[in-house]
Amino acid sequence: MNVLVCIKRVPATGGHIALTPDGQNIDTRYLGFTISPHEECAVEEAVRLIEKHGGSSTVLTLGPEVATEQLRDAMALGMDRAVLLETDGREWDPVATTDAIVAAIERDRAAGRDYDLLLFGNESADSAGYQVGVRVAAALDLPCVTGIKALEIREGKAAVRRQTESGWETSEVTVPAVLTVKEGINLPRYPSLPGRLKAKKKEIERSRPQWVDGGLEKVRLSLPVQAAHTVEMLGQNGDVGPQVVELFRRLRLL
Amino acid sequence: MVLGFIEHVGGAPTSLSLELLTMARRLAQRMGVPLEALVIGGSGASASGILASYGVSVVHVADDERLSAYAPAAWAHTMVQLVEAAHPAVVIGTGSDRGAEVMAHVAARLRLPLAANCTEVIPGNPFLVTRQRWGGSLLEEARLKGAVKLLTVAPHAVTVEADATATDIEVETKRPSLEDKDFRVTVVPQVEADTGKVSLAQARVVVGGGRGVGSAEGFQALEELASLLGGAVGCSRAVTSLGWRPHADQVGQTGMRIAPDLYIACGISGAIQHMVGCRAAKHILAINTDKEAPIVAQADYAVIGDVKAVVTAVTSEIRRLKPS
Ligand SMILES: Cc1cc2nc3c(=O)[nH]c(=O)nc-3n(C[C@H](O)[C@H](O)[C@H](O)COP(=O)(O)OP(=O)(O)OC[C@H]3O[C@@H](n4cnc5c(N)ncnc54)[C@H](O)[C@@H]3O)c2cc1C
Ligand SMILES: Nc1ncnc2c1ncn2[C@@H]1O[C@H](COP(=O)(O)O)[C@@H](O)[C@H]1O
Repeated sequence: MNVLVCIKRVPATGGHIALTPDGQNIDTRYLGFTISPHEECAVEEAVRLIEKHGGSSTVLTLGPEVATEQLRDAMALGMDRAVLLETDGREWDPVATTDAIVAAIERDRAAGRDYDLLLFGNESADSAGYQVGVRVAAALDLPCVTGIKALEIREGKAAVRRQTESGWETSEVTVPAVLTVKEGINLPRYPSLPGRLKAKKKEIERSRPQWVDGGLEKVRLSLPVQAAHTVEMLGQNGDVGPQVVELFRRLRLL
Repeated sequence: MVLGFIEHVGGAPTSLSLELLTMARRLAQRMGVPLEALVIGGSGASASGILASYGVSVVHVADDERLSAYAPAAWAHTMVQLVEAAHPAVVIGTGSDRGAEVMAHVAARLRLPLAANCTEVIPGNPFLVTRQRWGGSLLEEARLKGAVKLLTVAPHAVTVEADATATDIEVETKRPSLEDKDFRVTVVPQVEADTGKVSLAQARVVVGGGRGVGSAEGFQALEELASLLGGAVGCSRAVTSLGWRPHADQVGQTGMRIAPDLYIACGISGAIQHMVGCRAAKHILAINTDKEAPIVAQADYAVIGDVKAVVTAVTSEIRRLKPS
């Protein structure tokens, strides 16, 4: 089987976010980059599917040239092939992103590569539009299940489960299908050193899609206003038991 | 007209749907247009009393026995037919899993932009929204274009408020025309057996552990404290990635959102992706060796010290006062 996973490069912010002075972006000068944990799990799921059923896995991203870092990370985990849809670094909204991804999938199809499963994150970490996977499914006229936390392929069907507040929901779709994944579906492996070395040497297929105005345009970013508050220090080390228990009493928890 | 997509359980709108109605009514008033609602399933008609009290003038009930199970594409197709017949200026869904999914399908079918998780909407030209990114740790002001404005409301960003001047409501029941293709995905619920354990979502006290707990075994002390307080144990992503705890325990952007009375963050640094999962807690107590850790500045109470030493001191003090 052929599996495609779509990932997005995002800054790995730590304890707080700083914005650039024009409010257009996160100040990434001191930050590393990563992908959403949902997408990391989608990559792991694809690698496991190919290990089990045979076939080939492709990882794709739309982003600047430096996003090859995330493609190589995915190949280090075992993805076979990588595709970069290169941008000049500005943000593409969900409609524009979908168009570029769909065009790339259609090019692969024309070249004889049909995907049985297209995996996405349930939402991207940064812009969290909750929609690119669904839009790609609609454009390709494929069934789509979002937010899955379990997947099993049997007899040409994908049996999936998703979690709700009161338990689980199950669903079964015929493949080809689009599935969007939530963290928790698996525990991703760590890349091996040989995996990293192999990924370094692999070729990345590149193209430059045309930007379109998808109709959702960022004006500026801001940080939510936090209510000012003070921290009450209950103590340092050792014998803080009584102070903490006194707090539990004050909060009527004991 | 502003159209709200209402989720309901047997005719009772979900709390997120009431938040949606509150935002949608204010928007409709600002635009000087009526507020209408779509409910799916025949039992939705019984929501009309509540919907009227939130300012809805027409409720569209989509009735088709095949719609009683959740089928995202069929629900979206139903909505699209209403949009094409009634020409709303704005369509609003909730930010629940289902709301987000149905609205994404609607947007895809109509090839219109969709703004997810909005906290504020300013109608006009340009049509401006403020929406959450990074699970709410960042806000984006954006221009939303399109012949129909499609958006979802961020959960818990709006305080529910009924309409003081509720009027009559019309109920319009219709059978949408759906294709077999719309039912390629249908969902079967599986209600989980009650284990009798306090769930992370409901617990009044959550004891959260991070990398600073040191090992899977280190969580034993946190389990003990949680059980003495009648609470549950949660954890950070570092912990689930290390395989110390199952992902179901993870609090944060890609885990659970919790709102206990007290969150005790043990050996957790307080990364923004963790904080978005626990910031709704009434109080936060941080236990950390590093007084400069971001969690300390964001907590209401802090103890600077080693997790194991502090938690053990606390549990033995509780036991001393309350011998079982
Ligand atoms: C897109 C995205 C989504 C994410 N989603 C989530 C999410 O849902 N949930 C989540 O938690 N994280 C999430 N993360 C990860 C997040 O950024 C942090 O990496 C993670 O929360 C760190 O976990 P931690 O605080 O346990 O570990 P660390 O950051 O390593 O912190 C450990 C803390 O323990 C303290 N410590 C060490 N030893 C001791 C001791 N003996 N006693 C007391 N204190 C001690 C240290 O001072 C430090 O503050 C996400 C990241 C990204 C990029
Ligand atoms: N620039 C991108 N490149 C590749 N995949 C993307 C991109 N943006 C979004 N996606 C995929 O679409 C999913 C949903 O994104 P979103 O609709 O932005 O929440 C993500 O988890 C990714 O799998």
